[in-house]
Amino acid sequence: MGKAQLLKLPRKFPLPEQTPPVIALAGNPNTGKSTIFNLLTGLKQHTGNWPGKTVLLSSGSYYYQQQEYKLVDLPGTYSLLANSPDEESARDFLCFARPQATVVVADATCLERNLNLILQVLEITSQMIVCVNLLDEAKRKHISLDLKALEVELGVPVVATTASRGRGINRLKEAIKDMAAGRTNVTPRRIIYDEEVEMALQQIQFQMAETLENCQIDRRFLALRLLDGDQTLIRKAADHKNLEDKVWAQSLLK
Amino acid sequence: MTDLPVNVRGRICYMDAQGPIRRRLMDLGFVPGTEVEIIRRRPGRGAAVYLLRGTMIVLRKEQSEHIFIELIGADTDG
Repeated sequence: MGKAQLLKLPRKFPLPEQTPPVIALAGNPNTGKSTIFNLLTGLKQHTGNWPGKTVLLSSGSYYYQQQEYKLVDLPGTYSLLANSPDEESARDFLCFARPQATVVVADATCLERNLNLILQVLEITSQMIVCVNLLDEAKRKHISLDLKALEVELGVPVVATTASRGRGINRLKEAIKDMAAGRTNVTPRRIIYDEEVEMALQQIQFQMAETLENCQIDRRFLALRLLDGDQTLIRKAADHKNLEDKVWAQSLLK
Repeated sequence: MTDLPVNVRGRICYMDAQGPIRRRLMDLGFVPGTEVEIIRRRPGRGAAVYLLRGTMIVLRKEQSEHIFIELIGADTDG
């Protein structure tokens, strides 16, 4: 065991005070998140999770061009609106751990049904990369994809991969590197809701701006969840150590 | 939608569920305007395999009852 660890040591060590960028892997179930995770980290992770049990976030790290990256594999979900414990843990990770980049893995054979989650993640963070995986499957099914157009529409980088054969992984690493280093220009597509909803959002966000100065969470997303009647997020925000002004958050809970 | 014949295409026109059930159905791709087809039905119990947006999804009767469809090719709207 000692030997195996020695072999994995990098040639150059990062400075001790540097903490490696955290990269999250999100996506619908069965899109190949874990394949990509294993490909990047060289691990052979087999994780399972069951609704109601403790949900495991498996993490590993990899080096690319002498830089260490910490990779966290989130549970596969169709949504982040916390219908289930795994959705909740994925959402909480994105909200509170604030990864430097979030890679959303999407299935090229049914890209449309992955857009729901992609747009939800975009409401939490604009530091997002879309990884369209299973490209070989899509080719076999004669599905053609205009990924350039998708990139323009979403306003974040889109990378195509066939993870089972390792294709596109270097482009993905490159995209992650650029985003973690703050070199990626993003113009995230945000959903605009009905006028009534937008007005309410503005009011809530206005209150937040005054009283939730230290809140790390995207205020618009937090406001949206409150309008949705979902109090779990603000409850957690109120418990979160970064949030000093708990009184205001508590008052919203009644 | 529960009563849709096997291998006949329909389009979702209305959903009467609210709250988390509606949200869950929409996350799975059951959104008004979506085309749906039953691939297989479980005899007796009302559960069925639905094909929509390129994926097969199984719903129980209690869930599919919330979804209303119009047959595609029918001459009147639903």
